[in-house]
Amino acid sequence: MSIPADLRYTESHEWIRTEADGTLTIGITDHAQGALGDIVFLDLPAAGRSVKAEEEVAVIESVKAASDIYAPVAGEIVEANTAAVDAPESINTDPYGAWLFKLRPANAADLAGLLDAAAYGKIVDAA
Amino acid sequence: MAKQTPLYPIHVAAGARIVDFAGWDMPIHYGSQLEEHRLVRERAGMFDVSHMLAVDITGAGAQAFLEHLLANDVAKLTETGRALYSCMLGPDGGVIDDLIVYFFAPDDYRVVVNAGTADKDLAWMREVARGLPGGGNVTLTARRDLALIAVQGPQAQAAVHAALPGSAAATAGLRYFQAARMGDIMIGFTGYTGEAGYELIFPAAQAEAIWRALAAQGVAPVGLGARDTLRLEAGMNLYGQDMDETVSPLESGLAWTVDFSRARPFIGRVALEATPPTRQLAGLLLEGRGVLRSHMSVFTALGEGETTSGSFAPSLNASIAFARLPAGVVVGDRVEVDVRGKRLPARIVKLPFVRRGKVLV
Repeated sequence: MSIPADLRYTESHEWIRTEADGTLTIGITDHAQGALGDIVFLDLPAAGRSVKAEEEVAVIESVKAASDIYAPVAGEIVEANTAAVDAPESINTDPYGAWLFKLRPANAADLAGLLDAAAYGKIVDAA
Repeated sequence: MAKQTPLYPIHVAAGARIVDFAGWDMPIHYGSQLEEHRLVRERAGMFDVSHMLAVDITGAGAQAFLEHLLANDVAKLTETGRALYSCMLGPDGGVIDDLIVYFFAPDDYRVVVNAGTADKDLAWMREVARGLPGGGNVTLTARRDLALIAVQGPQAQAAVHAALPGSAAATAGLRYFQAARMGDIMIGFTGYTGEAGYELIFPAAQAEAIWRALAAQGVAPVGLGARDTLRLEAGMNLYGQDMDETVSPLESGLAWTVDFSRARPFIGRVALEATPPTRQLAGLLLEGRGVLRSHMSVFTALGEGETTSGSFAPSLNASIAFARLPAGVVVGDRVEVDVRGKRLPARIVKLPFVRRGKVLV
């Protein structure tokens, strides 16, 4: 189970990477993809959409079930990963490479509320 | 505490993800459900289905008992080993379970029932027998001492022949829905995938050796996840999802299994004849992107219905479902399905979706 130290996390199993320009790249964790099983369909948000923190912004459908993906912080959707839409299985094989969407945070200070790798690891261990 | 089959330690050692299924710890997949599905369509896979229960029905009254108990007519079985798929109905015509019955002699049958309903089924069978003169002159023996492995796929039968010495000769000339007995191993030409293959029933102590012999022939382990997508593509019902005690087999796509041809007073007949079906089970193919699941509302020109099973279908790279819809809808009709709050277009298609590796819709 991989939990890269340089990422931030949510309790709902998204990972967040802060890019040099301040935007956030968001995906789901290795633990999440393992629990979901083979991923077969993605419904991702359109660029330009404003979202609130913890708002449902995307859906991942696996062979097992549909799962909602939440915005980790408030902001505006910058881009969705169309390559992942065309190859949903890439999320299983490369969960930290196959990102879902990019978000420009409304308030950079909101990032302080996200989990670090150690704190997320404890949540996974307890699951 | 969940029950475990004799193969449970092998599943765990193989890295299976274990889930509770009807009170049993069963493998849902061994890594990738999609890959396991593909292996069964293209090569061969094996499923541990030892949670299902074989019940031997023997005695002078066995045939008469089953003619009364089952909606399909065991009198059609005359050749040794021949099998029949049937529903077992309650007096109200609801489906207590679906099962396969194997005929070996008029006083020697075996039925295989679902895991989740096994205790209820056995209790019902005993109650029915008790209600017959002389207890029906029938003995019901629950065979919890047996294990079951289904081997399915285009290469499955050759793999079994190679893995079990003598099985090629024992099964020579076997027809679909017929079983052979080789010593204490029953080899049935049956399955739940739409592919060729066998279902093996044998003493539990042999389970590990047979599993390993099949693996040595290149047969891959397949979990219950792929079993579900394979059976859905094959147009085969799942008890508890597509039918149960609250619905008639005539509204569950199972009219072909109810045999009214003789004046045979089987349990549930009176209720079925008194209640013409107003709904029917149909296949749905989602035309857009998304995934159908069970219990989604379906809107047709004749009224509303509901999906009973739905999934992504790996062989079609699209989503499919069974839905219970108003009677009168026909293949080709356009419908809409409420998928997570959005109405998506779907089409009624003829079942099955896939048979013997070929997509039919």
